[in-house]
Amino acid sequence: MARTRRRARFTGYWLMLPSALWLALFFLVPFYSLIAMSLYDPEGSSLTGYDMTWHFANYVDVVQAYWRPLLRSFWYAALATLGCLLLGYVLAYAIAFKAGRWKNLMLVLVIAPFFTSFLIRTLSWKLILADDGWIVNTLQAVGILGPDGRLLATSFAVVMGLTYNFLPFMVLPLFASLDKIDHRLIEAAGDLYASPARGFFKVTLPLSMPGVVAGTLLTFIPAAGDYINSELLGSPNQRMIGNVIQNLFTNQGDYAAAGALSMTLMIIITIGVVLYIRRAGTEDLV
Amino acid sequence: MSPLQKVGRWIGEHLVLALGLLVLIYMFVPIAIVALMSFNDPSSRNVYKFDGFTLHNWLNPCEPSGMCASVVRSVEIGLLATLVATILGTLAAFALVRHRFAGRGPLNTLIILPMAAPEIVLGSSMLALFVSAGFGGKLGFVTIFIAHVTFCLSFVIITVRARLSGLDDNLEQAAMDLYATENQTFWRVTFPLVFPGILGAALLSFSLSFDDFIITNLNAGQTVTFPMYVWGVAQRGIPMQVNVIGTAMFVIAVTIVLGSEITRRRRAKAAA
Repeated sequence: MARTRRRARFTGYWLMLPSALWLALFFLVPFYSLIAMSLYDPEGSSLTGYDMTWHFANYVDVVQAYWRPLLRSFWYAALATLGCLLLGYVLAYAIAFKAGRWKNLMLVLVIAPFFTSFLIRTLSWKLILADDGWIVNTLQAVGILGPDGRLLATSFAVVMGLTYNFLPFMVLPLFASLDKIDHRLIEAAGDLYASPARGFFKVTLPLSMPGVVAGTLLTFIPAAGDYINSELLGSPNQRMIGNVIQNLFTNQGDYAAAGALSMTLMIIITIGVVLYIRRAGTEDLV
Repeated sequence: MSPLQKVGRWIGEHLVLALGLLVLIYMFVPIAIVALMSFNDPSSRNVYKFDGFTLHNWLNPCEPSGMCASVVRSVEIGLLATLVATILGTLAAFALVRHRFAGRGPLNTLIILPMAAPEIVLGSSMLALFVSAGFGGKLGFVTIFIAHVTFCLSFVIITVRARLSGLDDNLEQAAMDLYATENQTFWRVTFPLVFPGILGAALLSFSLSFDDFIITNLNAGQTVTFPMYVWGVAQRGIPMQVNVIGTAMFVIAVTIVLGSEITRRRRAKAAA
């Protein structure tokens, strides 16, 4: 790239400057504000103002008060991620290896649900799973659900909603990984008398691991912080940590606790992600 | 090969595709319901099920008070945030792919982090900034706009960067060898080649912004965007016109995507 070198030495810096400044000002500084907020004196209020008093006890307080929704968020997110992985792998595999000339069309169809609002899609599930709806009636008729059994306002509905909403985030990175695989490697496994199943587990699956790692992260992280599904499809028994944080901010005005809880979520996720990536042993995620 | 084996083989060949199609159908069930409900004539506002066919909702989309105003507000915020994020992000993508400079590693991390943080955390942190800067009582259009640019920016940079780094620089070399100036090369060769990436990034930005609820809800104050309107009415009864907007958005977006794909194919054919 001899020609790029001829360009002014500082052009790169000038091009980068606006974005870097924006992200510093509206991403890094807010993070600092959030940390400060999480250490506010809890006695303050939005009217009298808060004092930043290094009040680390906030963290202990919120974990003690909200460990249930916190754990539930990670549990639901894990289940939804597993569901997305199973469904997403099948779909991504079909697109990458079986779709032929329909590949592009199927990829467009994967992202197309994004074009209807997240909230409207979730509300649509509320209708599908409704108590007098077709699905509930059928399940009651075949005896899977009791006569008073319902799907709405259960953990199942919330996990299903999360799975549904974040599925494209799983399919796209999986597809990107699977699509790169050299088909000759899979054929070679067959030529060496590996059964299709063995070929899959020894060749295809390991080669698609970067996609699995990226996909699971892209589903798990937003799912753990989501509160739309638990609010619309669940009941107070399915409250997730996002519901609590949102509620602390807007209804109770307890900024110190809300900040501490947000930070707790972020810290746990960061530690989890670092450990996970170390274990899965891949760094090229994007 | 016995017929039985043939059948078994056929199933083996097509089973994955069939299962994949089932997953796709699962993804479209709620959208089909939304489209269906946009033609619904409900007997009462509390019962949310299909009672009868009507065009009323499509002919009177703005009937529910406040809904169209919220759509307009979301479009305004979406366009503005997309414009700013696309310009800043495209410049940054060029810097990252075409120029060498110090601090590349930390910058890459800074770009990925906003996409890696859960929305509720991102929203909380921005609210923390606005509150501590004294804007706690002035949350609204401007704070939503700032928040939206911030989360769109990373997506734009990543998308445009991917397009740019996949570019064959032989074409630029050829232009320069044919005595094009740097300026001409950029506007006649580089930019048209990168443009689909920029357009894709802009579309992505707009749909992210238009659809965002969690971050917006924390930073909106009294301003009501379309997702916030839907959230508000979800607790009571949802006017069927919400489904009209949902269906219309879907149709418009799919038209744009398919349209650009068809023109791309035609051009590729014409070039060949």
